[in-house]
Amino acid sequence: MTSLKSTLLAALAGSTMLAGAAFADGHALSGDLKIFLDTSNPAPRAAMEASIARFGEQHPDLNIETTVIDREAYKTQIRNFLTADAPDVATWYAANRMRPYVEAGLFEDVSDLWQEPEIAENLASTKGAMTIDGKQWGVPYTYYQWGVYYREDIFKELGLSEPTNWEEEKANCAKIVASGRACYTIGTKFLWTAGGWFDYLNMRTNGFDFHMQLLQGDASWESEEVRATFANWRELIDMGGFLENHQTYSWQEALPFMVNGEAAAYLMGNFAVAPLREAGLSDDQIDFYQFPAINPDVELAEDAPTDTFHIPANAANKDAARAFLRHVVSAEEQTIINAGDALGQLPVNAQSSVDDDEFLNQGFEMLSSNSPGGVAQFFDRDAPAEMAKVAMEGFQEFMVKPDNLDRILSKLERARGRIYE
Amino acid sequence: MTTAALPNNSIPDRSFWQRNQQTWAPWLFLAPAILFFAFYVIFPVFQSFNLSLYEWDGLGEAEYIGLRNYEDLYYEFIDRDAFYTSLKNNIIWLVMYLLAIPAGLFIALFLNQTVTGIRLYKSLFFFPFVISQVVVGLVFTWFYDPAFGILNVVLGWVGLGPVNILGNEYTVTYGIILAGLWPQTAYCMILYLTGLNAVNPEQIEAGRLDGAKGWRMLWHVVLPQLKPATFIAFVVTIIGALRSFDLISIMTGGGPFGSSRVLAYYMFEVALSEYGFRMGYGAAIAVVLFAIMMVFICYFLWSMYREERR
Amino acid sequence: MFPTPLEKRPPSARITYQTFLPLALIMWLLPLIAVAVFSIKPGADFTNANYWGMPSSFDFFENYGQVFFNSDMPRYLLNSFLITVPTVIGAVALSAMAGFALGVYKFKANIWIFFMFVAGNFVPFQILMVPVRDLTLDLGLYNTKTGLVLFHIAFQTGFCTLFMRNFIKALPYELIEAARVEGISEIRIFWYVVLPLMKPALAALAVLIFTFIWNDYFWAVVLTQGPESQPVTAGITAFNSQFRAMYHLMSAGSIVAALPPVAMFFLMQKHFIAGLTLGAVK
Repeated sequence: MTSLKSTLLAALAGSTMLAGAAFADGHALSGDLKIFLDTSNPAPRAAMEASIARFGEQHPDLNIETTVIDREAYKTQIRNFLTADAPDVATWYAANRMRPYVEAGLFEDVSDLWQEPEIAENLASTKGAMTIDGKQWGVPYTYYQWGVYYREDIFKELGLSEPTNWEEEKANCAKIVASGRACYTIGTKFLWTAGGWFDYLNMRTNGFDFHMQLLQGDASWESEEVRATFANWRELIDMGGFLENHQTYSWQEALPFMVNGEAAAYLMGNFAVAPLREAGLSDDQIDFYQFPAINPDVELAEDAPTDTFHIPANAANKDAARAFLRHVVSAEEQTIINAGDALGQLPVNAQSSVDDDEFLNQGFEMLSSNSPGGVAQFFDRDAPAEMAKVAMEGFQEFMVKPDNLDRILSKLERARGRIYE
Repeated sequence: MTTAALPNNSIPDRSFWQRNQQTWAPWLFLAPAILFFAFYVIFPVFQSFNLSLYEWDGLGEAEYIGLRNYEDLYYEFIDRDAFYTSLKNNIIWLVMYLLAIPAGLFIALFLNQTVTGIRLYKSLFFFPFVISQVVVGLVFTWFYDPAFGILNVVLGWVGLGPVNILGNEYTVTYGIILAGLWPQTAYCMILYLTGLNAVNPEQIEAGRLDGAKGWRMLWHVVLPQLKPATFIAFVVTIIGALRSFDLISIMTGGGPFGSSRVLAYYMFEVALSEYGFRMGYGAAIAVVLFAIMMVFICYFLWSMYREERR
Repeated sequence: MFPTPLEKRPPSARITYQTFLPLALIMWLLPLIAVAVFSIKPGADFTNANYWGMPSSFDFFENYGQVFFNSDMPRYLLNSFLITVPTVIGAVALSAMAGFALGVYKFKANIWIFFMFVAGNFVPFQILMVPVRDLTLDLGLYNTKTGLVLFHIAFQTGFCTLFMRNFIKALPYELIEAARVEGISEIRIFWYVVLPLMKPALAALAVLIFTFIWNDYFWAVVLTQGPESQPVTAGITAFNSQFRAMYHLMSAGSIVAALPPVAMFFLMQKHFIAGLTLGAVK
C-alpha cells in the first residue's frame, strides 16, 4: 500500500519535475505563490523579503504572498499550517527536526531537485542533513557556525589569549572570575542555549560519534562518558563561570551583560554578532574562537545549524515553489542573502562567496578545515523533539543545581526508554 | 399580511401553533445556543476523553493504546516528574489563590467610605482586573527581574536581597500566583463593595447596640450578609486558579526546569508546544484536570440546585 | 454602614485615612505606573541602567510612533476588534434567547439544560483544546478570525445564559402572563416585552464579554497564527520578541494592547460592575 503510494508520488514528482523544467525554459510561472517565513528578526526579514522580491521580478506573472511569522511561534504553528492551510514554500530546520513532518507525509520529496547538477554539485556538503530514508525533503538556504564570541578588550586587559585546550580555558576563566566578571553570559529561560553547551562539552569529551549515538538513543545517559561530560561542565559552574540568574533570561536578555562588560564571552551562534554590534560593540571589542579541545583523543567537531526551505505536500503551486527553491540556493542569491548586512551567515552553495566579514571568515575557515570530527546540527535538531525538551530542561537544572545530577540523569535515562522504544 | 393569500392553510396551522407554542417556543429559543454549545463544548469534552486512550502526534494516524497514557501519568507521579510537579502546583494555586477573597474583602472595607473622589479610587483599585493577563505577566516579570526589578531595588533599601523569585524553583510558583492575585483581588474587592452596599444598616445598628465592634461585628453581623458575594468570589477564584495558563506561559514558560508547571500548562506543553507531539497524553492530563474541576462543579451545581428549590 | 463611617470618627482618623488612601493606591498600581513611565523613556535609559530614575528625555511620540507605524500592532488591534465585536453580538443574542427560554418556560428538561450551560461554563477550557483545534482545522477555519469567533460565541454562551436566565427570572412574570392573555405570540413577547426590560443586562454582558474576549490569550495561541488573524494579546508576544529587551517599546506596546478594555471599563463602568456583581447581592 505505502510502496504503491510512494511509487505514485515518485511518478508524480517526476512528471512535475519535467513540467517545472519546461516552465523554467520558456514559459513564465503564474498563479499564486504563498511563502511562509520564520525570519522575523529585522535584518533577516529584510534580507529574505528582498530575495523574494528579486524572484518576483524574474516572474512578473507570479503573485507572491509572503507571511513572516514570529520565529518562536512558528515552531508550534508549522504543524497546523502544514495540515490545514499549507503555503507553497515554508522555512524550517534540517535533520531530525524535520522528521515528524517527513514521516507524516507533509513535506514534498524534492529529490528531483537534488538530481539537478546545479544543486547536486554545489550543495553536496549539506545533502546529508536534508536526507531521511534516502530522499531529500528540502533545500538549505543558510547555515552558521557556533563558537565562543568574546570581548577582545577584556581579554587584553587581563592578559588572556584564546584558549585551545581545557586547561587554558579554565585558567582564563579563573582570571576572569577573579576580575569580578562572569566568564560566560547565557540565558537559559528557553532552554536551548544550554543545549549548545552540552553539544560542545559532550563532543569535546566523547567525540562526535558518541554524541550522535546518545542523541539517537543508542547510548545511556547514565554512562561514564556522559558523567565525564557533566564533570567538565561542573568545573566551570563551580568556579562561578556562568552568569548568575541565567534561568530567567532569554538569549537576547543575556546580551547586555556582555555589552556592559559583566561577562567576558558568549557561546552562541553567529547570529549573536549583529545584536552585539548594534548594541555598540566595535569589531575591535569582539572576537571569536573555536570551542577549545577537552579530550585530546577526540577530533574536533562543530555545531553548524542549517536553516531550510521546504515544499509542503499540500502546496498548491509546486512548480513555482520548486523554481523558488532553485532561486534561493543559486550561487548568486546565496552570496547576497548571506552577506554581512543581510543574514550575516554562511552560504550553502559552494560557488558563492563568503562575505568579507571577520566572523564569517573565521567560521567558514573553522567549519571547512578544522572540524574533522563532523558537523552536528544542534541539540534540539539532532535529538527527537521530546527527548530534546526533557534533556535541555535537565541541563538547565544542572546549571542551577549541579548536585541534582544523579536524579537528572536517571530521569533522562527513563525518558530515553520511553521515547525511543 | 399573508393571511389573504393563504386563507385555507393558515387557519389550522395557526391553531396548531397557538395550541402548542408554549411547548415549542422554548426549544426554538434554545436551539441555536444548544447547538453551538454542544458542538464546541459538550462534544469536545467527550472527544478528549476518547482521545486520551490514543497515541497521536497530531500529524499521522492515531493509535489506540488503552489506558497507557494514564499509566504513564501514574509513573510520572510516582517518580515525582513533571506530572507530579504540575499537580502539586495546581493545589498550591488553588489554596493560595483563595487569598484573593480575604484580600479583596479587606480592600473593600478600606474603601467603603464616603470621602471626595472615592468613586475614582474604587475604579482605579479595580483597574488591574481589566488588563489582559499577558500584560500583567509582563509587568510582574519586570517587577521581579533579578537585575533591575523594582522588588530588588526596594529590598536593597532595607538591606535585603537580591532575590530571583522567578528563577528559584521554590519561589517561582508563589511569584506567579502573586501576579495572579493582583487582578483577582480587584475582582473580589468589587464583589464585596457591591455586597457591602446592600448590607442592612438596621442590623448593623442592632449589632452596635449589642456592643459588637470591629472583628466581632464583621464576623457575626456583616459576613453572614455578604454570603452571596463570598460564594461568587469563591466560584470565580477556583475557576481562575484551575485555568491558570496565561501568566505561566508569559512569565516562565513553566520553568525554571519545569518547576512552575500546572496541569493546564503542562497539557499544552506536551500536546501543542514547540517540542510537544503527544495529543493523547495531553488529553489524558486534561481529563485529570477535568476530574478535579468536577468536584467543584458538582458542589456549585448542588448549591445552585438548593437555591432553586427554595 | 460598615465599617464605621469616617464622619463618626475623630478628625485625626479622617486625616490619616485621606493621606493613606493615595499612598495605598500608588502602591497598588505601582507595577502599572512603572510600565507607563517605561513607555516614555528613551531606549538609551535602559542601556545606561537608568531603569527607575527620571526619564532622560520625553520620548512618548517616538515610542508610540514605533508601535503604530513600525510594527504589526495596528493590524493586531484591528483583528482584536473584528474578533471581539462579532463575539459580543453573537454570544449576547444566543444567550438572550436561551435565557428567555430557561427563565420563562416551565418544562421538565429546563433545569438540566440550565445546568449543562453552567457546568460547561466551569469546565477547564484546556480540555477542549485538542478537539476544538482539530474541529477548526477540519472546518477550514484554522487561522481565521471566524474560527476564533465561532468558538468564543459557543463558549461564552454558557456564562451569558446563566446570567440572562437569572436576570429574566427576576423580572415580573405578570407582564408576560398579561401579554399572553392578550394573545400575543411568544416571539413577539420576547421581542417587544422582555427584550426592552433586559437592556441593562444586555449592556452589562456586552461590556463584560468585550473585556473577556479582548483579553483572551489561550485560544488566540491555539487557533490562530499570524498577523492576518491574531488578536493583540497574541500579537504582543510577537511584538515583544521583535523588540526583545527594548523595554520602552515593549511597555508602549503593552499599554496600547491593554487600552481598549480599560477605556471600555471607564466609559461603561456602571454596566460593567453591574455585570460582574450580578448575584453578589440577594
